Amino acid sequence: MSDHAMLEVRDLYKYFPIRQSMLDILLRRPANNVKAVDGVSFDLERGEVLAIVGESGCGKTTIARTLIGLEEQTDGEILFHDELVGAHERRARAGLVPLEAGTVGSSEQKVFPRMSMKRLRQQAQMIFQDPYESLNPRATILEIVAEPLVVHGLARGRDERLERVKTALEEAGLRPAEDYFLRYPHELSGGQRQRVVIASAMVLQPELLIADEPVSMLDVSIRAEILNLLRDLRQRRGVSIVFITHDLSTVAYFADRIAVMYLGRMVETGPAREVLANPQHPYTKALISVIPVPNPRLRRERVILQGETPNPIDLPSGCRFHPRCPVAVEACKVTDPANVLVGENHHAACLLLNVAASPNIASGEAAST
Amino acid sequence: MNENWTLFKRNLSDFWKAFRRNRLGLAGAFLVITSILVATFAPLLTPHAPSDIIRDEGGHGLTFAPPSVHGPLGTDDAGHDVWSQLVYGARISLMVGFMAGFIAMFVGSLFGILAGYFGGRIDNLLMRITDILLVIPDLPLMLILVATIRQLDLKISPLTVLIAVIGLLYWTSTARLIRSQVLTIKERQFVARARAIGAGHGHIIRKHILPQIMPLIVANTVLILSTAILVESGLAFLGLGDPTQPSWGTMLNFAFDRSAITNGAWWFYLPPGFAIVWVTLGCVLLGNVLEEMLNPRLTAHHLEGDQNMIAVPAKGAE
Ligand SMILES: Nc1ncnc2c1ncn2[C@@H]1O[C@H](COP(=O)(O)OP(=O)(O)OP(=O)(O)O)[C@@H](O)[C@H]1O
Ligand SMILES: [Mg+2]
Repeated sequence: MSDHAMLEVRDLYKYFPIRQSMLDILLRRPANNVKAVDGVSFDLERGEVLAIVGESGCGKTTIARTLIGLEEQTDGEILFHDELVGAHERRARAGLVPLEAGTVGSSEQKVFPRMSMKRLRQQAQMIFQDPYESLNPRATILEIVAEPLVVHGLARGRDERLERVKTALEEAGLRPAEDYFLRYPHELSGGQRQRVVIASAMVLQPELLIADEPVSMLDVSIRAEILNLLRDLRQRRGVSIVFITHDLSTVAYFADRIAVMYLGRMVETGPAREVLANPQHPYTKALISVIPVPNPRLRRERVILQGETPNPIDLPSGCRFHPRCPVAVEACKVTDPANVLVGENHHAACLLLNVAASPNIASGEAAST
Repeated sequence: MNENWTLFKRNLSDFWKAFRRNRLGLAGAFLVITSILVATFAPLLTPHAPSDIIRDEGGHGLTFAPPSVHGPLGTDDAGHDVWSQLVYGARISLMVGFMAGFIAMFVGSLFGILAGYFGGRIDNLLMRITDILLVIPDLPLMLILVATIRQLDLKISPLTVLIAVIGLLYWTSTARLIRSQVLTIKERQFVARARAIGAGHGHIIRKHILPQIMPLIVANTVLILSTAILVESGLAFLGLGDPTQPSWGTMLNFAFDRSAITNGAWWFYLPPGFAIVWVTLGCVLLGNVLEEMLNPRLTAHHLEGDQNMIAVPAKGAE
């Protein structure tokens, strides 16, 4: 094995072109894009849980769908076990890009082999947000959980297949599994359905689980159970999890690392405890300040963000957070901040941190503006 | 597969429980089933073959004999038994209608699924074809087609020509209906999930799209059957049927050609008309009720039906 992480995402971009009206085309207005993911990089080690946190519409689901190949990235590379994945691969097979290899990283110019979508999907599985929508209403639980095995032609024997489905269901907390085999999704509660989804994702024993807000559609009372289940699976199976959520309070629970997203970009990444205890980016600070705290005496001062999230079509100039930032300065309107190291493995993208970290640069910049 | 059988029985009994309560549906099913039974057991229902000539004691052919003189339904101009013609005609009418209906259903579903699922160029091409077929008036087109094919002297039985022409012209509405359903289904999350699992198009269509639209296809087929039978009757009435294998439409054609009306031989022209109404009404009733019951948007509500309530908590889970 190499020293690389299991999953590496480098400068991922996903733009959705906006369909233009006839008038726009006649007036030659430039074509617009929804910049759903706008330059995102992160690593994920084996057995690690990375929480991607952010408001609605910041591009979390788009990252997940791109990772699993449901969307084709506009630009950027996804490396899984040092092999290129992502929907690029499909075009590669169609002969548009050479299949054997691609180059990644201008600094290394290293050549990576490509992994087929089918192989990726044996090793990476996705859990969708809405358990009421992600199960085929006309399939039984047995069919649903066995489907990955069928699709990949694994466990061909009937007994073996039943055995694996049974194990998966019981690991997902649906016991006795046989009781569920012949039921339909509409006979189950939301929590049970999400357990079925998890069982079906785990039946292939993948190395990577991409969970897109797995509990946000569930009743508050069963959220903790599903989260516990995911944590158990991670401990027992050593599966890595990309855990997507808009709720910081749930991630404190079991994430190793946190990536905070704002409008298609990660503004702060770092070890979970570190980010929560010592947030650096003003956006992270604001998010953390509104997490409900049980003890009213310990309540921090809340930072309520002003204004709406700008739409990801016309991004603000400079720092994309500056229109809502409580501490923005003039320079924020013009300069897009780069990621700076603010602690061990802890990065944040804010100009003010730039100033603190390296006053020389800041004074030079101040002189130029 | 033992569990498949269990499931099948359970689904069937669920369906029957719901269907039993629907009077219109039951009436439709009754009309359709009786006509199928009559067609199947035609030889047992009448002592005469349709081509037998009924004679009186003197050996003269009985022409235009009213029901009071002969059989349940009298005789026609050539002395044939009308009742035998009617029950044997059921075979022809139903066969042509069913075969044409199934062809239409098959072609329509196939095109609808392909167009809806793959979209793009395939969709465009198929939808232009259906547009063209939709704007051309069916009846004149069919008349011309059937007559032309006849002229070609291809040694194809006239019934086969009828079946092919009806079947290949009446799939457009099915195709549009199925296509629109597939368009919404393919956007649903369980299809995305299947793709994320690694399923190919074939698997997704078979396991995720088809089961959702199957009920629609079934209901639509029953409705198409009624159209096909009506159209067959129309064409046969206009003289495009097979005179050696008379369907109900052909009977009507004979009746009009041979002045049954001026002779007041109502027993010659009313029964086939009544039979056509019987079957098509049955198909329409049954089809509408099936559509209502099996519509994917109306079923699968977990609050509907007592046995589906989610009151059973998972043992050990929650
Ligand atoms: N298929 C698409 N076509 C066009 N725009 C899209 C598409 N999918 C997503 N978007 C846009 O991309 C942006 C990011 O969407 P995404 O679903 O990734 O957000 P999210 O962070 O998952 O939000 P939520 O918390 O509401 O699920 C949104 O502005 C959305 O409108
Ligand atoms: Mg989302």
